[in-house]
Amino acid sequence: MILAAVEEGRLEPLDAVLKTMNRAAGMADPANSLVPFDQFDRLHVARFVILEANTGSDIKAYGVTPFRWPATLVFLGDCDGSADSFLAELVVRSGAGLRQIFSHCEGAPLDQDDLLDWLKQHNKKPAANYINWIGRTVVQVREEVALQKALSAHLRKLVDEIGAEDTRALRQRLLSYLEFEKQNGRITLTPAPRTPPGWYIRNLLHKFGVPLLLLVISPALLLAAPFLALRLRMLERSDPEIAPRPDRKSVYALAELEDHDITNQFSAFGDIKPGLFRRCAVLFFLWLLDYAARHIYKRGYLTRVQTIHFARWVILDDRRRLFFASNYDGSLEAYMDDFINKVGWGLNLVFSNGVGYPLTRWLIKDGAGREQEFKYYLRRHQLPTQVWYKAYPGKTAFELGRNSRIRYGVENRPDNDREIREWLGLL
Amino acid sequence: MAGSSMNMVFDDIQGLARYAHGKLSATSFLLLDVADATAARAWLLSAPVTTAVPVSPLPETALQVAFTAAGLRALDVDDAIIEGFSDEFIVGIAADQSRSRRLGDTEGSAPGNWAWGGQAGDVPHLLLMLYAIPGKLDHWQTTVQGTDFEQAFRLRQELPTHSLGAIEPFGFVDGISQPDIDWEHKQTTNLHERDRYANLLVPGEVLLGYPNEYGRYTERPLIDPVDDPRASILPAAEDDPGVRDFGRNGSYLVLRQLHQEVPKFWQFVDREAGSDALERDRLASLMVGRQRDGTPLIPSSGDPVSNRFTFEHDPDGHQCPVGAHIRRSNPRNGDFPPGVTGLVSRLIRILGFGRNHPREDLVASTRFHRILRRGRTYGSLLTPEDAVKPGAPEEDRGLQFICLVANISRQFEFVQNAWSMNTKFAGVHDESDPLLGDRKPLVDGSATDGFAIPREEGPVHCLHGLPRFVTVRGGAYFFMPGIQALHYIAGQESVQRGAEA
Repeated sequence: MILAAVEEGRLEPLDAVLKTMNRAAGMADPANSLVPFDQFDRLHVARFVILEANTGSDIKAYGVTPFRWPATLVFLGDCDGSADSFLAELVVRSGAGLRQIFSHCEGAPLDQDDLLDWLKQHNKKPAANYINWIGRTVVQVREEVALQKALSAHLRKLVDEIGAEDTRALRQRLLSYLEFEKQNGRITLTPAPRTPPGWYIRNLLHKFGVPLLLLVISPALLLAAPFLALRLRMLERSDPEIAPRPDRKSVYALAELEDHDITNQFSAFGDIKPGLFRRCAVLFFLWLLDYAARHIYKRGYLTRVQTIHFARWVILDDRRRLFFASNYDGSLEAYMDDFINKVGWGLNLVFSNGVGYPLTRWLIKDGAGREQEFKYYLRRHQLPTQVWYKAYPGKTAFELGRNSRIRYGVENRPDNDREIREWLGLL
Repeated sequence: MAGSSMNMVFDDIQGLARYAHGKLSATSFLLLDVADATAARAWLLSAPVTTAVPVSPLPETALQVAFTAAGLRALDVDDAIIEGFSDEFIVGIAADQSRSRRLGDTEGSAPGNWAWGGQAGDVPHLLLMLYAIPGKLDHWQTTVQGTDFEQAFRLRQELPTHSLGAIEPFGFVDGISQPDIDWEHKQTTNLHERDRYANLLVPGEVLLGYPNEYGRYTERPLIDPVDDPRASILPAAEDDPGVRDFGRNGSYLVLRQLHQEVPKFWQFVDREAGSDALERDRLASLMVGRQRDGTPLIPSSGDPVSNRFTFEHDPDGHQCPVGAHIRRSNPRNGDFPPGVTGLVSRLIRILGFGRNHPREDLVASTRFHRILRRGRTYGSLLTPEDAVKPGAPEEDRGLQFICLVANISRQFEFVQNAWSMNTKFAGVHDESDPLLGDRKPLVDGSATDGFAIPREEGPVHCLHGLPRFVTVRGGAYFFMPGIQALHYIAGQESVQRGAEA
């Protein structure tokens, strides 16, 4: 995630430049001249968003003077492969456009040769990152969409010809058809790229290292637990809840950008509660979340939620603020419903460390369960995403998973009747 | 009585929240504007509005009244009170393109094309609903209106209504699936005890001023009687007894005039069925999820037999297609997918594991998204048998869709957006509600005009090219106040109330 403070007085012209990248409200033009997203065949989603501390003065409730936060331009995307090589590709293909956009920011590079270094200097790693399906590339997504379309259409024809009963014959003819399409280059199923051994080893070390570390520190944690619990309850009783109804105009402006595609973007920004306890808590739970996302929730669901494509949590401004960005399927009302009814406890763990969050008990209870306050809190901390791109509009995370199952059936050819029926039912 | 929801004050609740007035089949729905606020308030104060108190023998007439935000303003209700309502109510159903987009009110159904309520700043003030047994309506109307009615109100429009008995214009028995309102508080809202679907719904999901399914009070206007002594005629707020509750015993009322193209529907199904009458009925019932007589496609047992079932044992939609109209409108699922029996299985589910089916847990828990329907049909009856005949007349027919809710965005708008119009509902592939769907292509150009009928044999039977059968012709968000709030609107002084008591 690249971030850079916007120069004093340059916010409006920056906003105007970003607007030129959109085809319609809330939808980036994939072929826009500044950052032609569609030229990057490993970019899943990307956004430009201007971070403004709209709720920055809430912290006054703690008697703390708000820290200055200049409007800050953020660019983030989710890509296949290494971030460094993606940045390099970005500079080559859209250097001029990026320079034009970031020219509104402090210390922006004038020269193409300095751009890559500047971007790397301004790159900020997330505290936690969630990917719906780790390892599924853009190329794979697109190939599998084409596969699903071709097989579904052909299956309809076959059923018209020979009926639906003989499932083995249907599958056989589908697979022959697929071979034919592949030979004619109309369908490609590129084998998954090999995982670099370095990544594999690092991942393995992380996978076992973190639980090991937790095991090592667990006696200390256990000893500290009563004190931490006491401190937690004290804070939970005194922390103010700041969740007034958000201003109608700003809700209107946010809603204007939503529900054009089946997937929506969400960007939110707010202050972390003052004090060491809350800062440590948010860091600790994000660390756990990042671990869980990397090693456990990597195949289509984050606890009970199956609608999130990508999400990230970034701690900013000397650990005083948190930025959250996600890409989710359905409307915001449905997203909030999932938050409240399916994973309220998880949201509470992280976001209850944010200033003004609906009151919690024991870290996981209430909070998001305070429905109306939670919905207001969310909307009030949400920021308009000026430019948002998704490489596969019209496709939900669930559908991408289904398409992968279709492909799995092609490549593994199950032999029992039930599995064949299920596979045909996917088409 | 403070703090207790047990004492349902039926004499402060408008009857429609408890009764559908089914026996009173003659109706007149009047959209009114306030012509003279003083006269209008005087009329409202003496209007014989029907309450929810049971009457024996059954009444022969009923009267209900509801207001838009513009209507409350026209009656000089303080802006601070109106601001206490939800944004959806204040802004209205049609004034915001983003809302229209979410509701599927686009193209032919866009507010700009509505016969009423679609123009910003041109929303009716009042909805007056008169009900009577056949033959009594005219007399009731004369009685209700009295002498000063014409001075007080301008009639904007009388919405057409015409009873077809128990069926709706497409020919299906309608109104079967309704929540049972839990007036006696038999059921807890505790999240830990509500894993499974139940048809009982707390009153707070229909009426303001009572705990909702989250066990919390939905936002509504509260008035400090110190600032406004007149407010002391209002009930005290249960969650804050120091202030008066303007919303208590009142409901939001959503009204949408839905034009139904009956010949278009049956001719489409007939074509797909190869003009075979039995197959035609079968396909139509798969689209609806019930046979024409209301029998659900899922075997049901209990009482009433047509409403005691869930889709738990039909995850693939082999009995009732996943995208069928009734499955979208009321998915009948609980807070957890089936199979949660104890603490351990619950914990496993909370963490997202233990799914038995790829499509499991995609749909939101139903109890937070129920609506209480009170609609009435309009237009003459056209049977499916007549509708398929070439040249069958496409007349004005449809439904004055009415529902009562306590939270418009979480209930009505959610059902409409996340369930009916959603092209990905429960994992279906690019199709919206077979009856209501707007058929708008996705941003990538994919068509959404199909309807998939999953089959046990494997391959899905897919209907293609469904046209839009239902178009929105008008609509508004109203507030149907409790009786005391109505009297407050009507300008009743607190002393007067005291004298009455």
